[in-house]
Amino acid sequence: MAYEGKGVWCVGEVRHGDLSPSLFELITAGRIIADARSETLTAVLIGKGVAAKADEVAARGADKILVLEHDALDQLVDEAHTGALTAAAGTEKPRTLLFSASVYGRSVAPRVAVALGGAVASDASALTVTDGKLTLERSAFGSAVISTVAVNAADGPEVVTTAPMAFERSGTSETKAEVTQAAVDPASWTQNTEFVSFSADESKEIDLGGAEKIVSGGRGLGNADNFSLIRDLAKSLGAAVGASRAVVDSGWIPYKHQVGLTGRQVRPRLYVACGISGQIQHLAGMKSSDVIVAINTDADCPMMKLATYSVKGDLTQIIPAIVSEIDKVRGSSNGS
Amino acid sequence: MDYELTETQLDIINLAGEIADKKIKPVRAKYDASEEFPWEIIEEMRKADLFGVYLPEEYGGLGGANLELILMSERLSQACAGIGLSALTSSLCAIPILLFGNPDQRKRYLPDLASGKKLGSFCITEPASGSDATSMGATATLEGDHYVLNGVKNFCSGGKTSETYVVFFSTNPSKGPRGISAFIIEKGTPGFSFGKKEEKMGIRCNPTYELVFENCQIPKENLLYKEGRGLHVAQGTFDLSRPGVAAQALGIAQGALNETIEYTRQRKQFGVPVSSFQAMQHMLADCATQIEASRALLYSVAKAMDKDVIPATQKAIKEGILVYDAMKKLGAKRWTKESAMVKVFCSDTAMKVTTDCVQMCGGIGYMRDFPVEKFMRDAKITQIYEGTNQVQRNEIGMMLIKEAASAARREAVAA
Amino acid sequence: MGIHIAVCIKRTPSSTSVAIDESGQIQTAGLPHGINPFDEYAIEEALRIKEKLEGSKVTIISAGAPESEDVVKAALALGADEGVVVTDPAFDGSDTMVTSLILSKTVEKLGDVKLILFGKQTNDGESGHMTALVGARLGRPSISAVRKVTDIDADSITVQRLMDDGADTLKLNLPAVVGVTKEINEPRLPSLKGKMRAKKAAIPKWGAGDIGVDAAVVGKDASPTGVVKMEPVPARTAGTAITGETPEELAKNLVEKLKETKFI
Repeated sequence: MAYEGKGVWCVGEVRHGDLSPSLFELITAGRIIADARSETLTAVLIGKGVAAKADEVAARGADKILVLEHDALDQLVDEAHTGALTAAAGTEKPRTLLFSASVYGRSVAPRVAVALGGAVASDASALTVTDGKLTLERSAFGSAVISTVAVNAADGPEVVTTAPMAFERSGTSETKAEVTQAAVDPASWTQNTEFVSFSADESKEIDLGGAEKIVSGGRGLGNADNFSLIRDLAKSLGAAVGASRAVVDSGWIPYKHQVGLTGRQVRPRLYVACGISGQIQHLAGMKSSDVIVAINTDADCPMMKLATYSVKGDLTQIIPAIVSEIDKVRGSSNGS
Repeated sequence: MDYELTETQLDIINLAGEIADKKIKPVRAKYDASEEFPWEIIEEMRKADLFGVYLPEEYGGLGGANLELILMSERLSQACAGIGLSALTSSLCAIPILLFGNPDQRKRYLPDLASGKKLGSFCITEPASGSDATSMGATATLEGDHYVLNGVKNFCSGGKTSETYVVFFSTNPSKGPRGISAFIIEKGTPGFSFGKKEEKMGIRCNPTYELVFENCQIPKENLLYKEGRGLHVAQGTFDLSRPGVAAQALGIAQGALNETIEYTRQRKQFGVPVSSFQAMQHMLADCATQIEASRALLYSVAKAMDKDVIPATQKAIKEGILVYDAMKKLGAKRWTKESAMVKVFCSDTAMKVTTDCVQMCGGIGYMRDFPVEKFMRDAKITQIYEGTNQVQRNEIGMMLIKEAASAARREAVAA
Repeated sequence: MGIHIAVCIKRTPSSTSVAIDESGQIQTAGLPHGINPFDEYAIEEALRIKEKLEGSKVTIISAGAPESEDVVKAALALGADEGVVVTDPAFDGSDTMVTSLILSKTVEKLGDVKLILFGKQTNDGESGHMTALVGARLGRPSISAVRKVTDIDADSITVQRLMDDGADTLKLNLPAVVGVTKEINEPRLPSLKGKMRAKKAAIPKWGAGDIGVDAAVVGKDASPTGVVKMEPVPARTAGTAITGETPEELAKNLVEKLKETKFI
C-alpha cells in the first residue's frame, strides 16, 4: 500500500541542553521541499527538557514545532530516539524527514527509515523538487564526484541527512511557529541499549563539523610546539582547530581534529591551511569550503594552487603577524 | 626486472616491504642514534612470519630456502640494514643447525628460530683470531657427559638479544684447525655471560657483544656435527649464508638510491631540479646499473643453490640423516666460489652506490637528518663480516685454481 | 566463552581518481581495488575481541562483485576464520537500504552471530549509514562512531562513542551492530602463513536464493533511491597570491582581504 505522507520534518539535535544550529540548516533545506510541494515545515525537538528550546526555534522559519519530551530521551540512545520519532511519524505521517549528517543523524535517520519502510539518502548538499519528485546532490569518492540521487519512496517517508554547513542557516522570521507536543511512550519500542555515562571534552573547543571558520595546521609547522600558533590564530579568528593526518599521526593533536578523508569532512565558510601541502586525502575533506587561505613556504604545492588567497612565507613569522594585525584592526574599529 | 618469482616469494617482498616502509622507516634514525635493540619491529617481523621464510615447514618455517631469505633481507635493508640484520643473525644460527644438526637438534632448536620466538647468533671470532680462525684460544673440554667451555669470543652480532648461539671452540688445540668444533649454547647457561658491547660505525641498533665463557658446562649433545670438524661447519654455513649478507648490501644500495632519486627530483638549483643535470643522471644510471647487475647475479646464484638445498633438506628429514650428508649423497656442489662472488659483488656495489648517493645529495646527504649517510655507514660492514672481501677473493681465486687443476687432471686421465 | 563475530567489508577502489563516462556513470574497472580502508579497523577490532574472548570466530561478509573474494581473502590473511562473498546479478544497483537487507539476511543465515562490525563508512559511497540500517533490519541495537570497546562478554558490549562534545559510553546487549572509527586501533599487517592459508581457502559465494531473498526486492528497481548521474567536481582554480615584502606586509594585505569578505 502506497504511503501518503505530507509535510517536512526537520529533526533538531539537542545535547546536554544545547540546541545544535544545524537545525537551522535543515529548515533552509526543508523550505525548498515544503515550498515546492506546498506543504508545512515542522521543526522537531526531541529529548528531555527540550520544550524550553521552542523559543529559540519559534521564529526561525518553521511553520510548526513538534516537541517529543521524555526522560528516556535525555541521552542519545539510538533505539529510544528512533522509537519516539517512529511512533510520532507513524501518527503524523510526514512525507520527508531531514536530519543533519552528524553522528546523531547517521545513527537515527537510517533506523527511522527502516522502521517506517521509507527511503534513506545521506549527505545532501543540494535539494531539488521537480514535479513533486525529490532529487539531491551529494559528494562521493573523496569529494571527487558529485552524484545526483533520485528519491522514490513509495512505501514510507523520504529520510535524508544533509551535509553539515551545506545549507545556510535560516534567519529570523516575523511569524512564530505554533508548538505542539506529541506523546512519547517508551513501551512502544524495544531497547537493548543502556546509557552508562558521558565524559565531556574539557577543551571546550569549537567543533569542526559546524564551524564557520577553521584554522588547520600541518607538517609545515615543523614541530609539535609550533602547533600553538594554530591555536593562537584560531582564537583570534574565532575558528575551530583542524589538522592534517600527518600531524595527528605524529601525535601533535588528537584525532578528532583531523580534517580529510579519514577524519572529518568539513565545509566552513573560511578554511585557513597553515603548512598543509594539500594531499588528495586532505583536500577531499575541505575543498568545498567557501574561502580557502593557504600559508606555506612552497608556492607550488597543491593547497597554494587552489587557495582563494595564498600567502608564501614562514609560518612562525606570518601567523604572529596576522594575529597582531587582526588585533590592530579590531582595536581601531572598536575605538571608532 | 621480472625474476620469475613465485606468488609466495612476491608475498614475502610485499610484506617485508610493508614492514620496512610503515614500521621501520619512521624509527630507523631513532634506533641508529640510541643503539637500542628494536624489539617493537622484531615483534612485527615475528607476527608476519618473516623469521622462518627459509626454513622447512616441518620446523614451522614457510618451506622456502635461500632465495626467500634473500628477498626478505634485501627488502628490509632498503629501510634499515641494522634492523633487518636481526633476521640474518638468526639465520646464521639456524643454517648450521639445519645443515649439520642431527634430527633431534633440528627439532629442538629450529622451530623457535623459525617463529622468531627465539633469536639466534653465530660467533667464531676471537680477539686474536679473525680471518685466521685456526688460531683459536677458546677451548671445550669433554668431561664425562658434558663439555666445559672456557675463553672469550668477540664481535658477536645479536649478542645478548639472542637466545641460541652457535659458537666455535677448540676441542684439541694441538690439532690447530682440525681441533675446532661447533657447539649450540643457550643464553642463561651458567658460566656464559656477556662482556663488552661494541660501539659501531653502522648497523648500530644491532648489538655486537663479547661472549665470555668461564667453566661453562653444556651437555655433550650440544656438539654440532663432529669433534674437530668445526671449520667444516663454518665453511658449509658461509657457503649458504653469504648471499644473505649480499642481499643486505643490495637492499642498502637500493634504499640509498631510492632516497637519492627522490631528493634530486625535488632539489632545485638554477631554477631546475638537480636530477635534470646530466652529471647527476650519469651517476644515477651507474648506481642503478650496478644494483641491477648485483641483483641478477645474487638471485641466479640463490636459485641455483636452492635446487641443491631443497631436495637435500627433504631427503634428510625423510630419512633422518644430516642435510649436509644428504647434499653429498645427491651430488650437490660446494657453493664456496659463487657465494663469495655474490658477497664481494653486492657489498662493493653497496659501498660504491652509497658513497655516490651521499655525493649526489650534497651537503644534506652528509647530515644525519637525511638517511643516505646512514646507508653509507651501514654499507661498510657488508664488505667486512662473514669474511672480508679480501678473504672472499682468496677463496674465489683458490677455487679457480683448484677447478683448473682438476680439469687438467681429468684431461690427463682422458688422454 | 567465545562469540561469533561478523565483519562486513566492501571492496572499493583504492584511489579516488575515478573517471566518469558519457552516461554519467562512474568507471572504476581499471583501478586497483582493496578493502575499504575504514573496514580495516573493523577487522582489527574483531580480531582483538577474538583474542580476548577465547573460542570466538570471525566471519567476513562482503557483498558486491564476485571479485570481492580478494578482499575476503585479504581479511583471512589477517586472521579472520571464514568468509563469504554475497553476490548475484540481481543485486546490481541496490542502494544502501536494499544492501542492508542483503547484509542482514546474510547475517541471519550465518545463524549464531552475536556481534556485527562495520567501518565508519566506505570510501566510495561514504554514507556511513550501514551500521544503523543493519541494526534496524535485524531489530537489534546499533551504535556508530565507536572509538573504543571498553568491555565485552558473551552477552553485552560496552563502547565509547565519539561525539562532538565528548564521549558517550553505552552498553549494548548482544547481538548488536557496531560501527568503528579510525581512532579505535591500529590495524595489523597480515602474516605469511595467513596469506598462504587464505590462498587455499574456499570462499563460498551466496546469491539471492542462498540468503532467502526474493530477486524482486533487491537491485536497482527495488531500491527507493538511485543515482541519476555523476559529475566530476570542478577543480578549484588558483585565487590571489597575497604580496608583500615582509611578514607584516603580507599579514596586513591578507587581513585586508578577510575584512572585505567579512571574516573579521
